[in-house]
Amino acid sequence: MARIAGIDLPKNKKVYIGLTYIYGIGQAASKKILEKAKVNPDKRVHELTEEEIATIRSIMTSEFKVEGSLRTEVQQNIKRLMDIGSYRGLRHRRGLPARGQRTRTNSRTRKGKRKTVAGKKKAVTKK
Amino acid sequence: MPRSVKKGPFVDIKLLAKIQKLNDTNQKKIIKTWSRTSTIIPDFVGHTIAIHNGNKMIPVYITENMVGHKLGEFSPTRIFRGHPGTKAEKASKVK
Repeated sequence: MARIAGIDLPKNKKVYIGLTYIYGIGQAASKKILEKAKVNPDKRVHELTEEEIATIRSIMTSEFKVEGSLRTEVQQNIKRLMDIGSYRGLRHRRGLPARGQRTRTNSRTRKGKRKTVAGKKKAVTKK
Repeated sequence: MPRSVKKGPFVDIKLLAKIQKLNDTNQKKIIKTWSRTSTIIPDFVGHTIAIHNGNKMIPVYITENMVGHKLGEFSPTRIFRGHPGTKAEKASKVK
């Protein structure tokens, strides 16, 4: 079982795809790593030798920020924005998009599930 | 696309002159400015700048963390006070 950066890689996938299961590694970074380690990216994960795993691991720790440390860095950046009271920080606090997107519709990723607010039909008929 | 490095950060000329004058004389005064697009540079740190938000001046104390941001980011132009009707509805329910 190949275990890199605290993540179990899927056994039957190609290596360059398998590495993307690690937070912070996409396909571009994955290919770069494999090129450097001189591993054929089309190999399956379970075909990797222990040596190859070791070289991949060493390249990753020396050149990439992954998993926990990357997550904390992202969180720190967000926290910085909130602490200095910038507009982007305010948007993060409210859980709204921070880059000027529309919020009249969409932005469901940030806002979460729709919360319907009852209409005010009654007030109109009263008059 | 970011601004060309060759030009350096944009800071309103008059604002920069005022800041430098304060730095030279070691004074701390609140500077009023309308220049929301000016980048905060290290010279600003420690000063309080009143930034216009279209309605009034909002005093902001500049800290080291703010360097690299624009002044306008610290002076919100919109005030959201909740949706219309939410308060009225609550009041009518009470009745």
